[in-house]
Amino acid sequence: MTATLVQPSNPALRDPAWTGRLFWFIALLILLAPALVATEFRPWILLEPENLKVSSKFLADFFPPQTNTEFLLLIAKEAWRTIAIATAGTFLALVLAIPMTLISTRVLSISSLSGRMHLLPFAVRQVIRWILIILRSVPELIWALVFVRVVGLGPAAGVLAIGLTYSGMLGKVYTEILESGEHHVATNLMRNGSSRLQAFFYGVLPQNSTELTSYTVYRWECAIRASAVLGFVGAGGLGQQLDNSMRMFNGGEVATILIVFMLLVGLADLLSAWLRKVMQ
Amino acid sequence: MAQKGHAMMNSQANPWFRWNCSVCWVTLGLVLLTILSFWTLDLQLGRLFSVDSAKRMGRFLGELLSPDLRAIFLHKLWIAGLETLATSAVGTILAALFGLLLAIPASKSHANDPAHWRFLCRLVLNGLRSIPELVWAALILISAGLGPFAGTLALALHTTGVLGRLFSESIENAPQGAAQALRVQGVSESQVFLYATLPTIIPQLMSYTLYRWENNIRAAAVLGVVGGGGLGQMLAFHMGLFQMQETSSILIAIILLVVLVDTMSYIARRLMSR
Repeated sequence: MTATLVQPSNPALRDPAWTGRLFWFIALLILLAPALVATEFRPWILLEPENLKVSSKFLADFFPPQTNTEFLLLIAKEAWRTIAIATAGTFLALVLAIPMTLISTRVLSISSLSGRMHLLPFAVRQVIRWILIILRSVPELIWALVFVRVVGLGPAAGVLAIGLTYSGMLGKVYTEILESGEHHVATNLMRNGSSRLQAFFYGVLPQNSTELTSYTVYRWECAIRASAVLGFVGAGGLGQQLDNSMRMFNGGEVATILIVFMLLVGLADLLSAWLRKVMQ
Repeated sequence: MAQKGHAMMNSQANPWFRWNCSVCWVTLGLVLLTILSFWTLDLQLGRLFSVDSAKRMGRFLGELLSPDLRAIFLHKLWIAGLETLATSAVGTILAALFGLLLAIPASKSHANDPAHWRFLCRLVLNGLRSIPELVWAALILISAGLGPFAGTLALALHTTGVLGRLFSESIENAPQGAAQALRVQGVSESQVFLYATLPTIIPQLMSYTLYRWENNIRAAAVLGVVGGGGLGQMLAFHMGLFQMQETSSILIAIILLVVLVDTMSYIARRLMSR
């Protein structure tokens, strides 16, 4: 079909945007060059005979995966620990986030009912907001490293790490959800002399409860993914087992753990989607 | 909905618990799960809230407040920060390329597209995506050795899965007008993709890629902890040697980087949505 058409020899006639594309392609290459140097980007070292031998041996070990009963039981236990760390961490995050949300949300401000918010409540709200920002801007893995130092190896460090990071995220998103809704009911209640907690329970919570629960369930799903990884720094769960097996170059065990890991994440994904549907 | 109708029919009593109330059962399940979690975890809460642990925490925090600010160390920190940024950038660009390459066969671009490779490519993408960057990094260390290259590859593999899936969804949801017009003229599928589908979805692909880059900067700062180069590797190194002043400045650098990226993306989004 196209063979019968006469193709103009000048590329600019064939493709009007040709010069622009060429420019951006070259610009990208020039920008990328120093980055490639900085990341020591040398793919060919993967193909060096020595490396190739080690990695192919490791990969060949993947099959068959380790299925001995004792090991499977151990993995089942670690998988449960992963879920438990995520659940306990999310619970801790909730316990920390709810009071901070209640303090920091502008909807429940009594002084702003009549004009601008007073200076002291404004300052308190800003302080809480900054605390939330700090809590969530330290990645959970870093929190875990710190807590492993302070409370020792084990699940406690994982629970604390997830609890702190996620309380920052939950607190921020809860505040945003509450502030994006309709405020009339809450303001009316407070104008008529109800307390702030009453205004929250009768005016703010009912219209936002679905959104709040569905975000919490989504975070729980993320927490499962995170807690599986936290084991790498010694906070218990599947990650720790994976780290051990990898240090011993035991491909079969690594394969089993990876499969269990993918199943766990997939299951959490399905369960959280189902829960969010039921909670509607 | 059904429950509401039921409650309205026998309007006399509104019991606070009904056997067919799914929300109650789910709530009960979640409460049980939480209790079981705390019960089985052996958190040693006694030790956690002991005076000894409080002392250690206090000492740790005290040490964190005296960061190492020598010029020579700050220079090393700057280099590691750049390495983290470069890792995230290269990883994301590689992922965008490979993600697009996998997304094309993974999507059913029009109603008569047989899409033979769809299932296989989706499987590969899901596999890549469900293993976190950190696990990829630990796996790749075996063949690539310690350093930013392993981190870059790890980021690239995980992000390929994420971007590939997003890209294939946007290819499938792309407006069909221009593509159909070319297709009825007998233009080949690859040309239809290059001249009709790709130009219509490229803004969306760019915004997905930028969003992932933002995530990857944060991930790259952490990847080093298992040996993927950058700030994380420095952190693991100095923390392992109990050099608390250095650890403190690295922690501050990581927090600054994350806050900076968050602020930039917030400002960019504000500017673009205006």
